Amino acid sequence: MARPVTIKDYLYESHLFMQRAIQALIIAGLLFAVLVGRLVYLQVVAHEHFITLSDDNRIKILPLPPNRGLIFDRNGLILADNLPSYRLEITREQIHDLDATLAELGKLIDIRDVDLKRFRRLRQRTPSFKPVPLRFHLSDEEVARFAINRHRFPGVDIVAGLSRHYPHGPLAAHAIGYVGRIDERDLQNVDGSNYSGTTHIGKVGIEKTYEDLLHGSVGYRQVETNAEGRILRTLTRIPPVPGENLYLTLDAELQSAAEQAFEGKAGAAIVIDPANGDVLAFVSLPSYDPNLFVNGIDVDSYKALRDDPQRPLFNRALRGQYPPGSTLKPFVALGGLEQGITTAHAHTYCPGFYQLPGKARKYRDWKRWGHGTVDLVSAIAQSCDVYFYDLALSMGIDRLHEFLSLFGFGQRTGIDIKGELPGLLPSREWKRATHNQPWFPGETLIAGIGQGFVLSTPIQLASATATLSQYGRRLRPRIVAATQTHEDGELTPRPVETILDIPVEDRQHWTTVIHAMREVVQGRHGTARKISKGAWYEIAGKTGTAQVFGLKKEEKYDASKLSKELHDHSLFIAFAPVDKPRVAVAVVVEHGGSGSAVAAPIARKIMDHYLKKPSP
Amino acid sequence: MSTLLDSSREDASRRDWQHTLHLDALLLLGLVTLSTLGLFVLYSSAGGDSQLLLRQLVRLGIAFGTLFFVAQIRPQWLEHWTPWIYGVGLALLVAVLLVGDVGKGAQRWLDFGFVRFQPSEMMKLAVPMMVAWYLADKRLPPTGLKLLIAGALIVVPVLLIAKQPDLGTSLLIGSAGFFVLFLAGLSWKLLGGLALLAAGGAPILWHFMHDYQRQRVITFLDPEQDPLGAGYHIIQSKIAIGSGGLFGKGWMHGTQAHLEFLPERSTDFIFAVLGEEFGLFGIVVLLLVYSFIIIRSIQIATQAQDTYGRLLGGSLAMTFFIYIIVNTGMVTGLLPVVGLPLPLVSYGGTSMVTLMAGFGMLMSIHTHRKLLPT
Repeated sequence: MARPVTIKDYLYESHLFMQRAIQALIIAGLLFAVLVGRLVYLQVVAHEHFITLSDDNRIKILPLPPNRGLIFDRNGLILADNLPSYRLEITREQIHDLDATLAELGKLIDIRDVDLKRFRRLRQRTPSFKPVPLRFHLSDEEVARFAINRHRFPGVDIVAGLSRHYPHGPLAAHAIGYVGRIDERDLQNVDGSNYSGTTHIGKVGIEKTYEDLLHGSVGYRQVETNAEGRILRTLTRIPPVPGENLYLTLDAELQSAAEQAFEGKAGAAIVIDPANGDVLAFVSLPSYDPNLFVNGIDVDSYKALRDDPQRPLFNRALRGQYPPGSTLKPFVALGGLEQGITTAHAHTYCPGFYQLPGKARKYRDWKRWGHGTVDLVSAIAQSCDVYFYDLALSMGIDRLHEFLSLFGFGQRTGIDIKGELPGLLPSREWKRATHNQPWFPGETLIAGIGQGFVLSTPIQLASATATLSQYGRRLRPRIVAATQTHEDGELTPRPVETILDIPVEDRQHWTTVIHAMREVVQGRHGTARKISKGAWYEIAGKTGTAQVFGLKKEEKYDASKLSKELHDHSLFIAFAPVDKPRVAVAVVVEHGGSGSAVAAPIARKIMDHYLKKPSP
Repeated sequence: MSTLLDSSREDASRRDWQHTLHLDALLLLGLVTLSTLGLFVLYSSAGGDSQLLLRQLVRLGIAFGTLFFVAQIRPQWLEHWTPWIYGVGLALLVAVLLVGDVGKGAQRWLDFGFVRFQPSEMMKLAVPMMVAWYLADKRLPPTGLKLLIAGALIVVPVLLIAKQPDLGTSLLIGSAGFFVLFLAGLSWKLLGGLALLAAGGAPILWHFMHDYQRQRVITFLDPEQDPLGAGYHIIQSKIAIGSGGLFGKGWMHGTQAHLEFLPERSTDFIFAVLGEEFGLFGIVVLLLVYSFIIIRSIQIATQAQDTYGRLLGGSLAMTFFIYIIVNTGMVTGLLPVVGLPLPLVSYGGTSMVTLMAGFGMLMSIHTHRKLLPT
């Protein structure tokens, strides 16, 4: 950088700097003198005044944590409760010999290894002057025994409080979630002062999603204490505002019936009221007992849950991404009709396999010898693969993707529980972006029968089914129906939200597909005809069998020769009654085998329970 | 006083290792004494938490390492790269406003994925460097257009940082730049004019302040008004210091600090812990150590051989003073609550590293001098 030459008087400038440096030091000295003067005032002149303030040590401000809002099902049955409980806390600073104190306490109160482990873990993160909990849920007897011996244990206190309790244990645990002790990561996401005094926070499920509402606002108590910090009396009190209660759309009885219908199998089921998107049952099995997590789960129990091959902590309903299999067919068929690619009367001959023009590879139908000549209704009723290979190829992946997107495939439904996964609806762009490959026509074929890349979640399937039953009105599934503040007890309903009204080309197309789904259950050749027996209402449904692994060309699926993990997933979607739908269901049974044999009967039991048999 | 600042002759044998390592023994002695004192107070304020102490020791290690590293850099090299450093810093400040991370309600951090970086820290050094660089070849004292340009070099980053909003840092950077001008001989008349302008500009500034900043000013003027909220800090720290008396309650025996009355006792309000546990005596010892460091730094600046080194060195010394006076003034209730740490005593890392880099520059300026023939 070229710099202009300036004539500088270095001697003068150096002198000037010296002068200024001294002036700066004098100013600094004067300011320090003011500071010292202030300190002399505080520490010498007004010392007595401040020593009184400090010695009295009187006024303390204690946070009053709000009571957490309760969670009820749609009928007012309590799902998450606050129970009074006593916990034992230790303030290390006030204790001389911690080990001796713990040993002595052990004689009065049952202290197990898990308690000690947790205590050691917590105390590392807590300053020594803050109390650390040692035991939770003391029995009345233990409280009494300690009270008599209290004088022997300075620094040990029994604290009464409310503890979160889930009276139904594992029932709907994946929807409700649980609270756990606040850790540093939680505190970063909330207003710290509002959580002073709060010990627990929603960790997953509704407890997490609605943390803001459930928690409420902190209150304060100004108290007078003596030198040891023991409270003498309360001066002022600003009461906390309790959290709001939540009324869920869940029906606990239906939920319980649905969970029992699985008879111990792993899987998921979502039951939706198609008229408003209310989630009536949210099943993900196996489940777990959320009460274990409330006060810190012990390592062994956690390991057992984590390492269980059935994965009880995995929320299948929200995060399980399964190939939809044949349950996708009604939607593909509707796409073919609405986009004018096929008609209800067009026939296709099914010889049991399909070949792309000019290619040798045979795409097999599940029925080895074929379905013969089928039209749209019989193709859905009998779940003919060849018909849908042909239709999917005519539509092409672009139109297939466009139409199925309308129903929310490949997208989160937006249900008000955090953690939902979007599934996958493949497209040309997606394949290019993730695999850096062009789209192959063969992939369109298998996408047309819900295999290959296509993945969807149970909540997504249920939502799409409900949308179909409503002729295209797609609602956001909701699990919290209303909130209730403590002050007035008024219920504030949460709005029913329409995501999209799918444009309808011809209502008759929808009626045709719904008729075909009715044939699946009510028809003579329907794949789920067995479940129509004894039903006092008509069901429209579709079975699905999702392959977990691909069969080789001429191989035949033989369940008896395969290990359980490779068995097909069994799927069923349905709504009922056909003419006036009141309930939509999606059932996935992991490695259950065929959709008709396993998932469909579960769906029937769920609908039976909901559409109660009219008394004769 | 002037003989103290003039002493350019030093013990030849002592100068040897100091020149090889590019360190200044007196300044280093002051800094080490100060850090040791700080660790003692911090151990008590943290309630005997040795983990916290260990973390602070690691940070001190990094800070002294930075000092040593910077001291090796020749001042000529620094001067040469000054406009670039300033330019990059300014660009990063703009970037922070556009894409920065929000922490505690203010945008201060840039996230590069592997490291989070606070560009305003860099500007604490870059602004005085830039103003010194600009004035280095001008006739001093600066006047007219030159003064305006120098002023703009200061005001632009100060406003950018105030907008983040980070009042404490922008105040520090503003004063760092101001001290360069002051040491360059800015006329007293102009200074008086600026003071008047500031008084007149206060209402306008009020208009641009964030709510929490206004709250701090109101709280400063009348702490009792909000005893549960913002005023709580000041009330409690005054009680802590006042109850300490002449000799304090003794190490680890401050009731205010240990019964949790005093907020932020390990960070911004650690001075109150010192006042409570060691009394006026302890505070005066600390202020003496601070004074020693400041005087030695100014002395180094006066001995610098060029305008750049002189102005930069002097400004760094006076910025260090501003740190101290703003923090202690805040804790004793003389000044509003501005979030600045007590240098080398408060718990915390980033600003400590920057400070030590500044002292590294001072040592570099001192030990890279060309030896005059005796």
